[in-house]
Amino acid sequence: METSLHRDAGFWVMIAIGLALLVAGPLVWDLFQIMQITQYVVLSVYVLSLSYIWGFGGILSFGQAAFFGLGAYTFSVASINMGETTFPFLLAFGLPALFGAALGYFMFYGKLSDVYMGVVTMVVTLIFWKLINHTAGPEYAIGDARLGGFNGIPSVPVLNVPGKPEAWLDPGQMFQVFMAILVILYIVLRTLIASDFGRVSLGIRENETRAALLGYDVRRHKVIVFAIGAGIAGMAGGMWATYQTFVDPNVFSLEMSAKALIWTMAGGVGTLAGPIIAVVVLQYLSLKLGEMHVLNNNFILGGIMMVLVLLVPKGGLPTLRDALVALKARTPAALQR
Amino acid sequence: MDYTVIVILEILRAISWLVILAAGLAIIFGMMKVINFAHGEFLMLGGYITIMSHNAGVPLWISIAVLAPLTVGLFGILVERLVIRHLYGRIIDSLLATWGLSLLMIGGVTMVFGNTVQGVSTPLGSIAIGAYQVPGYNLLLIVVAALLMAAIWALLRYTSAGLIARATMQNPDMAETLGVRTSWVYMATFGLGSAVTGLAGGLLAPLTGVAPSMGVNFVAQSFITVITGGASMIAGTLSAGTLLGTISQGVTFATGPVWGDAALLLAALVLLRVLPQGITGRIFRKSL
Repeated sequence: METSLHRDAGFWVMIAIGLALLVAGPLVWDLFQIMQITQYVVLSVYVLSLSYIWGFGGILSFGQAAFFGLGAYTFSVASINMGETTFPFLLAFGLPALFGAALGYFMFYGKLSDVYMGVVTMVVTLIFWKLINHTAGPEYAIGDARLGGFNGIPSVPVLNVPGKPEAWLDPGQMFQVFMAILVILYIVLRTLIASDFGRVSLGIRENETRAALLGYDVRRHKVIVFAIGAGIAGMAGGMWATYQTFVDPNVFSLEMSAKALIWTMAGGVGTLAGPIIAVVVLQYLSLKLGEMHVLNNNFILGGIMMVLVLLVPKGGLPTLRDALVALKARTPAALQR
Repeated sequence: MDYTVIVILEILRAISWLVILAAGLAIIFGMMKVINFAHGEFLMLGGYITIMSHNAGVPLWISIAVLAPLTVGLFGILVERLVIRHLYGRIIDSLLATWGLSLLMIGGVTMVFGNTVQGVSTPLGSIAIGAYQVPGYNLLLIVVAALLMAAIWALLRYTSAGLIARATMQNPDMAETLGVRTSWVYMATFGLGSAVTGLAGGLLAPLTGVAPSMGVNFVAQSFITVITGGASMIAGTLSAGTLLGTISQGVTFATGPVWGDAALLLAALVLLRVLPQGITGRIFRKSL
C-alpha cells in the first residue's frame, strides 16, 4: 500500500492494455465483436462503482442497480427531451450522485449497521423497480419521453459529438469513447485512492472508531464516497442506455445489483483490475452457458455467488496473489534442503 | 358506522399481513442478527408446496397449516447446516450467501415448474358487514397473526426451550459455558423461522397464486418491517407492523397501492435516522 502510484507496475500495465485496445480494437474486430466488447466496457465502469466503495471505503451496497437504473432513465429522458446527449450524459452522473448523497445521509448519519445498510440499499432498488414497472400508462411521461412501464423506453438516442446533435458516433467510435472513459475512470480512482482523501477512506474501512477518534468526520466521508460510487454507477447506466438505444425496468433488477457484487467478489474486494477481469470472464461464460439453454441464468448467478462466499471469500485476484507469494516463499526453502 | 368498521378491519388486515410476512424473518433476525435474503423464496417454496399438495388431493387447510411449514422448516434446517453454519460471525458474508441462495432457488424452481403462475381459488367467501362485503380470508389473516404472535410469546416465555433461546439471545458465550449447545439453538431457530415463513407462503398461495419470482413482491415489506422493529421478535414485529401497516394502508387509500411500498420505505428511513437500531433498540428494550 505504501509504494507510490507511479511505481506500481500493475497500474501502468492496465493503462497500456486499455489504450492498446482503444487504438487497435476497431481495426481488428468485426462489428459484432465490437458491440460485444463495448458491453464489457460499460459493465466494467458499472462494477468499478461498487469495487471502489466496497474495497476502498468499506461500504457494501446491495443496491448499486438503483443508481445504474436511475442513470439509465435520466439519460434516456433527458436526451429524448433535449435532442442531444452531452448534457444528459453529465446528468446521468449528477442526479444519481445527488440521490446517493441523500440516501447516504440517512444511512451514515443514522449510523446504521451493516445488516441494516444492506437491507435498505436492496429495498430502495426493489421499490424503484416496482414504481417504474407501474408507469405503463400515457399519463406517465416526462416531457416528450413516455416512461412506458415494463415495456421501457425505445429509441434512446445514440451518443453524439458534443455541440453537434447530428453527428452520431458509429459503433467503433462509441467503443473508443467508452474505453477512454474506462481508462480515465481507472486513473482517477487510483489517484483518488492514493490521495489523502483515499487514505482516510482506507482508515475508516479498517477501523471506523479509530478514524473518528483521530478527528476525521467518518459520516461525511462515507457520504462522499457513497455518492461518488452512485455517480459512477449512474454514468454506467447512461452508457448502457445509449449503447442499447433502449432502456427497460430490468436496469433496476436485483439481478443487476447481484451481478455487481458477484463480479467484485470474483475479482477480489480491494482491487480494481480484478473485477474488470471478472466482468469479461463471467459475462462471456454466462453468454456461452445461456446459449446451451440447460441452466437458468439466475441459477448460475446464485450458484457462483454461494461458491464464492463459501470457498473463495477473498476473491480471485488476491487468492491468486497469495498463492504466488506462498509459492515464492516455498521455493528457496526447498532448494536449501 | 359500517364504513368505520370496514376501514378499521382493512387497517388490521394490513397490520396482520405485515406481521405474518415478517414473523419468520424476525425470529431469525432476533436470534442471529442476520437477515435471510432468501426470505422471499422461502415464501415462494411454502406457496408451491401448498398448491402442489392441494392439487394432489390434500385438503387446502392441511396443506397450508401443516405441510408448508413442515417442508420449509426442514429445508431451513438443511440450509442452516450446509451454508449458514459456516458463516457465523461473518454477517456480510451470510447476507451475500443467502442472496445467492435466493437467486439459485428462483432459477431452480423456474427450471422445474416453468415461469408460469399457478393458483387455487381463495376459500371462505365473504361476510356481510352492513352494506359492505368483507372477504372471510381477511378475517382469517387477522386471527392467524394474533395466534402466531401469542404462540411465539408463550413459547419464549413459558417453555424451557424458550428459556434456552432467550439465554442464547442475551449472551451466547455464557449460555455455551452453562452447557447449552448454541449451534443447535441456532439450527432450531432457523428451522422455526423458516417454518413460520412457510406458513406465510401457504397463506399467500390462495391470495396471489404462485410463480418462481413471486418473492420479490413481498420481501421489501418484510425487510422493512423487521429492521424497523429491531431485535425483539414480538414487540418489534408488532410495533413496526402496526406503525407501517397503518401508514401503508393510509397511503394506499389516498393514492393507490403503487406508492404504498415507497411510503413504507420513506417512513422506515426517517424512523431509522432517529432510532438506528429499530424501535425496540430504544423503546420496549426488555420485551420479548
